[in-house]
Amino acid sequence: MNSSVITADGIAVHEEHHDDSSKTLLGFWIYLMSDCLIFSALFATFAVLSHAYAGGPTGKDIFDLKYVLGETMLLLVSSFTFGMAMLNMHADKRNKLLGWMVITFLFGAAFVGMEIHEFVGLIHEGAGPDRSAFLSAYFFLVGTHGLHVTCGLIWMGVMMHMVHRYGLDGIVKRRLSCLSLFWHFLDVIWICVFTFVYLHGVL
Amino acid sequence: MNKRSIVTSLRWMCAGVAVLLSGCHMEVLSPKGDIGMDERSLIFIALGLMSLVVIPVIVLTLVFAWKYRASNTKATYAPKWSHSTAIEAAMWAIPCVIIAILAYITWTSTQRLDPYRPLQSKVRPITIQAVSLDWKWLFIYPDYGVASVNQIAFPVDVPVHFEITSGTVMNAFFIPQLGSQIYAMAGMETQLHLIAREQGTYDGLSSNYSGAGFSDMRFNAIATSQQGFQDWIKQAKAAPATLDASAYQSLLVPSQKVPVSYYGSVTPGMFGHILQPGMKGMARAGKPMDGMSAAAGMAVVPAHPTQSKAAE
Amino acid sequence: MFGKLSLSSIPFDQPIVMWTLAGVVIMGAFVLGAVTYYRKWTYLWKEWFTTVDHKRIGIMYIILALVMLLRGFADAIMMRGQQAMAAAGAQGYLPPHHFDQIFSAHGTIMIFFMAMPFVVGLMNMIVPLQIGARDVAYPFLNSLSFWLTACGVVLIMLSLFIGDFSATGWLAYPPLSELKFSPTVGVDYYIWALQLAGLGTTLSGINFVVTILRMRTPGMALMKMPVFTWTALVTNILIVAAFPALTVALALLGADRYLGMHFFTNDLGGNAMMYINLIWIWGHPEVYILMVPCFGVYSEIISTFSGKPLFGYKSMVYATVAIGVMSFLVWLHHFFTMGSGANVNAFFGIATMIISIPTGVKVFNWLFTMYRGRIRFTVPVLWTIGFMVTFVIGGMTGVLLAVPGADFVLHNSLFLIAHFHNMIIGGVVFGCLAALNFWFPKAMGFKLEERWGKWSFWCWLVGFYVAFVPLYMLGLMGATRRMQHYDNPAWQPYFVVAFIGAAIIFAGIGFTLLQIVVSIRNREANRDLTGDPWGGRTLEWATSSPPPFYNFAVLPKGEELDQFWHDKEAGVAYRQPAKYEDIHMPRNTGVGVFMGAFGVLLGFGLIWHIWWLAILGLVGMIGSFLTRAYDRDVDYYVPAAEVEKIERARMVPLNGLIDRVDVAASEQRVA
Repeated sequence: MNSSVITADGIAVHEEHHDDSSKTLLGFWIYLMSDCLIFSALFATFAVLSHAYAGGPTGKDIFDLKYVLGETMLLLVSSFTFGMAMLNMHADKRNKLLGWMVITFLFGAAFVGMEIHEFVGLIHEGAGPDRSAFLSAYFFLVGTHGLHVTCGLIWMGVMMHMVHRYGLDGIVKRRLSCLSLFWHFLDVIWICVFTFVYLHGVL
Repeated sequence: MNKRSIVTSLRWMCAGVAVLLSGCHMEVLSPKGDIGMDERSLIFIALGLMSLVVIPVIVLTLVFAWKYRASNTKATYAPKWSHSTAIEAAMWAIPCVIIAILAYITWTSTQRLDPYRPLQSKVRPITIQAVSLDWKWLFIYPDYGVASVNQIAFPVDVPVHFEITSGTVMNAFFIPQLGSQIYAMAGMETQLHLIAREQGTYDGLSSNYSGAGFSDMRFNAIATSQQGFQDWIKQAKAAPATLDASAYQSLLVPSQKVPVSYYGSVTPGMFGHILQPGMKGMARAGKPMDGMSAAAGMAVVPAHPTQSKAAE
Repeated sequence: MFGKLSLSSIPFDQPIVMWTLAGVVIMGAFVLGAVTYYRKWTYLWKEWFTTVDHKRIGIMYIILALVMLLRGFADAIMMRGQQAMAAAGAQGYLPPHHFDQIFSAHGTIMIFFMAMPFVVGLMNMIVPLQIGARDVAYPFLNSLSFWLTACGVVLIMLSLFIGDFSATGWLAYPPLSELKFSPTVGVDYYIWALQLAGLGTTLSGINFVVTILRMRTPGMALMKMPVFTWTALVTNILIVAAFPALTVALALLGADRYLGMHFFTNDLGGNAMMYINLIWIWGHPEVYILMVPCFGVYSEIISTFSGKPLFGYKSMVYATVAIGVMSFLVWLHHFFTMGSGANVNAFFGIATMIISIPTGVKVFNWLFTMYRGRIRFTVPVLWTIGFMVTFVIGGMTGVLLAVPGADFVLHNSLFLIAHFHNMIIGGVVFGCLAALNFWFPKAMGFKLEERWGKWSFWCWLVGFYVAFVPLYMLGLMGATRRMQHYDNPAWQPYFVVAFIGAAIIFAGIGFTLLQIVVSIRNREANRDLTGDPWGGRTLEWATSSPPPFYNFAVLPKGEELDQFWHDKEAGVAYRQPAKYEDIHMPRNTGVGVFMGAFGVLLGFGLIWHIWWLAILGLVGMIGSFLTRAYDRDVDYYVPAAEVEKIERARMVPLNGLIDRVDVAASEQRVA
């Protein structure tokens, strides 16, 4: 991977195509910014509709802060465990990496499970997304985050298989770095959800 | 191209434009009320100001293109010249100055022409409540207790205060010869103040596409004398129909090319009911609108504050 | 099993649609038959469909755009015909249900599937060449972007024959686009075609930002980039920043329609103004996404054919960036009449006017590039001059509409329609056709015939004015947009003139197609052997026409503005290295095609509520993507010997020509 080319001047430079890792990470950052704008638009929508209860339940009526705090802790811990996984990746400790990834996966899956449980409960209480604009905005915003976490889990599963199959080569490491960015990004978004949707809704 | 031919061609162009303009009836440019006149002069001032840049640019484009054509070897050729601080400063400065003037005009005229702003007048304004429906306009005169479909009348020289909403999708209330238009949106009230200075029957329309019957969603706006207005009210009062909840329900059924009709009486607070379906006993009357009775707690959103909120 | 889909979904009762269907089927059968007869399927698949070469993807984008131009134009001339007929009680030949779909489809197609693919295609074709790169940052993603766009095209074309298309205008304002008022699948076609194509566009945006930021040839600082690349950079940043708003707006509308939510409904607290804000937060930058690259095109053309560097390069760059930033601060001017307060309206009006300052600067830049130049009146130059004259008029009416007081009487009128066609035809279409003429020899290896190009230009220019000046006037006469018929007989002559204008534009389109056909037939006579048919200034002209798949055998230097011109002057333009190196290239892949195809299934399943098909499509897309992720054989090396062989083959005819090229350049220098 160290080949270089000669420019017209005869100066050797590293060929751009081989600089895949940093290029990919830059692109992934730009994607995350774009995704962040999607969430911004959803937050803005939620803000506009946050009092459009249409006679239905308000945030105070339906949010259980303790439950949500539990979800939050799961996701925060999963971010930490993914951090541990990445440290082991950089140290080329494959089995430890896999171990931490399994733990992260379980925490993430537990988060999604709790969220689904919360949603099902709300729908059963008659506080589903079709009840009011406020609830539509709530379900859509939180649901979009949950969908992202689910995608992250699928990705994580694939990456575990890849680590198992290919070992820690450049491509796998690059993809793990992207996944790591993605996972921490989702954590940051969740902090905003927790603050602006749940805390603000209850207080 | 010498100076003379440019002048001549410009003269021809002006003549051509004048012929074209005189050949047709430009409703927007022949307003019959204060707001419309103000808006017309605004259009002319803005166009005039911009012409100060636009016309020279067009002329220079053609002149430069002609003068520096490749076959004209007598013209100067400066193959390296690509920067001049003076020219670049000027080409930033000139548009800046023009836009600064235009911005000032925009700021003041936007305040002055704010559709929500009541017009200065010694006469008490008339209130007309307008509701866009599929595909007709319902007008309520709350002070007179009458209502009409697809026709309004008002005296000249009296300000008219329109309160506008929609019972269906979004429309826009517009009488081109009197001036401003404004959207009609369900669950929201927008406002418009107009005044007519000349008697006549003017076209009114929805200028925002609203579905299959949109093209016929037109109404007459009759600007008349005080006497004519009183006669019109009398005519409306004579109509046997009453605009109540059930009459409104039947108006909600989509229909096209609806003829003018009148309601001799109106249930009080009708406009409020339309604005906030489900409140104040509306749900009782007629068949309940889908899920609207449940909307009792829904806050009516005045367009003003929500708008700026959404804009943030 | 088939959701809402049944045989009755096919509009057998509409003769216009059925005849079109017959035409499409016959033409399709003809094309497929020809491909089969000449045994070109393998060639098409291996060399084109599965390609990750940015140049070929660019060409496919532009072919797609030209095809959709015909479709969008067919809609346009049907509308003009209807309005020319349907005066004073007459109903014309299109009932509202059909007419309303046509104007919705016209706008949607022209913006999303004509103008967008055209500018994205141009950027694909040219940007890597201008920055001296061998490909884009993510070649596979580029292929995927194209096929997702194609998937949107397929869905929107299907809507013509199966079910109906949205009849809610090109932006599908709720509550009209809600299920209650638009219960058919039309709006769903709109939503999913745009979502899938929009995903492709967003990926493309990310791809090009990284390409321009990270893959420039050594020595090329940002302020040494060709202007077209600068405009492409700004455009792609706009794409990445603006498309999320569209995605969200459409997703929320979809949630209302599919999941019974209440974002924009009339009842239960929905707020349609939110959609209108969101869609224009995307929509205004979108017009700059289309316009800004065309500014770049004009800049390249005017400087090349004036034989001078672009006047005020720095001003041009700053103006472009300023336009990009400002384009996010003006969206509310699309709905001054929604009842915002005077201060809000005035703020957005003034912000809009401020954009006209950098735009004006650009016009002055082009003007002073011509000043003291040696302008060769080729077809691209005609388009550019036609643009400059037309564009400033459109700019003037645009600033007029930005004055809220004036907008109150002009909004939603035909004046507005005339204004934005003034910008999009006079700015974007002229720019695309100028670019087509300018870069065609680079892409295909031979020039386009001048004669038919000039005919096309004059038809478009005259046709534009004949078609849209009457609309400006009708707007001032109180005629509003989207009328299926009207009562006022005095309007009819203007609509008839506008129809004639549209017919003249049709001739213009015909001449462009003729120009392409004739040029292909006479290609040997117009062959570009030097790679530099116009006396070009930037790096794309330094390589052969068409460029080899690796673009540059050795990466060129990029230390100067107009590097290639500089090299020609210094006499080092065609210097070959003593020794070639292996070149690292990506391999072709069919995954993009498969993902696009599964995307069609996904979209179609969602539109018709055929859930098993939608799931199949989604699983197929994810599965194809994973196949790609597990594919470890994605690149290869072109051996130095092969590079040398290709380069020598190019140099043989070139050697005889180089002297002539250098002499021509130096002659221009002296003169």
